Amino acid sequence: MAQSFEKTFFHTLLSAFFAFVFLMAFQSVQANEDTHQHANSVVADSGMQHQHSASVGEASMAAVEAHAETAHAGDAHKAFDPGKMITEHIGDAHDWHLWGHTHIPLPVILYTSNGFEVFSSNSFRDHAGHGMVDYTGKYNTYRLEDEKVLVVTNGIVDEAATSSLLDVSITKNTLTLFIVSILMLIVFTSVARAYKKRPGQAPKGLQSFIEPLIIFVRDDIAKPNIGKKYEKFMPYLLTVFFFIFISNLLGLVPILPGGANLTGNIAITLTLAVLTFIITTINGNKHYWGHIFAMPGVPAWVLIILTPIEILGMFLRPFVLMIRLFANISAGHIIALAFFSLIFIFGNGGESVGAGVGVGVASWLFTVFMMFLELLVSFLQAFVFALLSAVYFGSAVEEGHHEEHAEHAH
Amino acid sequence: MKLVTPDFGLVIWMTLTFLTVLFLLSKFAWKPILKMISEREKTIEDALLSAEKAKLEMARMTASNEALLREAQAERDAMLKLARETKDQIIHEARTRATVEGERLISIAREAINNEKLAAVTELKNQVAQLSLQVAEKLVKHELSSDEKQKALANTLISELKLN
Repeated sequence: MAQSFEKTFFHTLLSAFFAFVFLMAFQSVQANEDTHQHANSVVADSGMQHQHSASVGEASMAAVEAHAETAHAGDAHKAFDPGKMITEHIGDAHDWHLWGHTHIPLPVILYTSNGFEVFSSNSFRDHAGHGMVDYTGKYNTYRLEDEKVLVVTNGIVDEAATSSLLDVSITKNTLTLFIVSILMLIVFTSVARAYKKRPGQAPKGLQSFIEPLIIFVRDDIAKPNIGKKYEKFMPYLLTVFFFIFISNLLGLVPILPGGANLTGNIAITLTLAVLTFIITTINGNKHYWGHIFAMPGVPAWVLIILTPIEILGMFLRPFVLMIRLFANISAGHIIALAFFSLIFIFGNGGESVGAGVGVGVASWLFTVFMMFLELLVSFLQAFVFALLSAVYFGSAVEEGHHEEHAEHAH
Repeated sequence: MKLVTPDFGLVIWMTLTFLTVLFLLSKFAWKPILKMISEREKTIEDALLSAEKAKLEMARMTASNEALLREAQAERDAMLKLARETKDQIIHEARTRATVEGERLISIAREAINNEKLAAVTELKNQVAQLSLQVAEKLVKHELSSDEKQKALANTLISELKLN
């Protein structure tokens, strides 16, 4: 168990390091490029600065804040910005980008102080589908900037109205969430049917693929970490494990229905971590709370220090759970995208095709290697999340008879 | 910074969707699946246990069979031994008795032979004596059949008599 933590940690570090190195490399390449930049890719409309990266066919919005972040403030003449491309790809979107200027529009749902407002995300695009426009709905005029819906009054962003706005749109990640959920419902109810149809017999087909995983979750995650009361937590552990596993795998698929970075989205990992925290907290027994607020066998003056640490630890556990999954999956996506970015950086916007092809082959090989690594990470992260959840549940329901053991664990 | 700022809308959707999936799967997938798996495991375990039990029973029966067989063999051996002993004894006895009887018969026979022999010899002696007498009688009769012969004989006898 300790070894897998170590591996995960090492992998995270390594991924983050590579991502950082590559991003830095792109930035410096970009800085050189900027000095002899050609204005071959600018589309501007409705008084806003919009840019169009012809090299990757990426229609993107150039928000003023985004410029400040990418250290190219004031310069809208960019052929290819890998940092921006990567950030956009691993982030959420209000429509589903397929290729070039082809997007699948998704519903935008806004909860304003006046009520709900529902419209298509296509409303933010002009007729050619290349630029961005403001959309005037029932109650307000909205503008999509950097995938954030803003309220605009007379052409100026209304900060107060924007902050009261609640965006519950069916975004790319929300749709992926639905796809994963439906997939899970179909797969597991059909597996359950297979069990009912052939009771007591050896598994067959999909059932025989799923069963080892279910038994793995039960025998290697739940039973050893929770103990006798494991059955109560099995549905949650199984759902979490398969949700993360399927989402991770779907994230590796480059086209619809994959491609969204669901488990690399902090909102998703936050929700999962909070659920683990809530389940741990409501199942905490006297022994669990006793160890947090008054560790047995510890002098009172030490408790003054220890109790705040334990309380902090209680919240730190789900926090770490959230960050670990988010960082691991995002790092994988960043690396894959970074390798592909290299092709366009060396291709230099079509000027040096040879370099682009050469680097392309290397990038392809590296990405294939990374894909295999990510397949492993997909499983590993699902396993680690379920395992740590089980460990936390185990600490919550543990009985007091392992006094010494419990103290060692803390 | 945008990357690590949770989107509230997505949190809402995630919570709703995940809890729905959790509920539906617990009810329609996990519970039946886990139940079936543990039931099957129990069945397999029971089957294995009973197989083990049957194996033990089998081994026990084989062992008792073997013991029985060994016992029977021992018994047979004992009986055979006894029979052989009895046979030997009977043969020995018979032989002893036969020898004694034979000797007895031989001695009787020998006695009888001796007696017969003796009788025969006696008979022979008597016969020889009788024949000798008859021969002598005939001879005498022949020698004294005429006067001359009686005179010749008396002469012979007188001649033989040497009156010294």
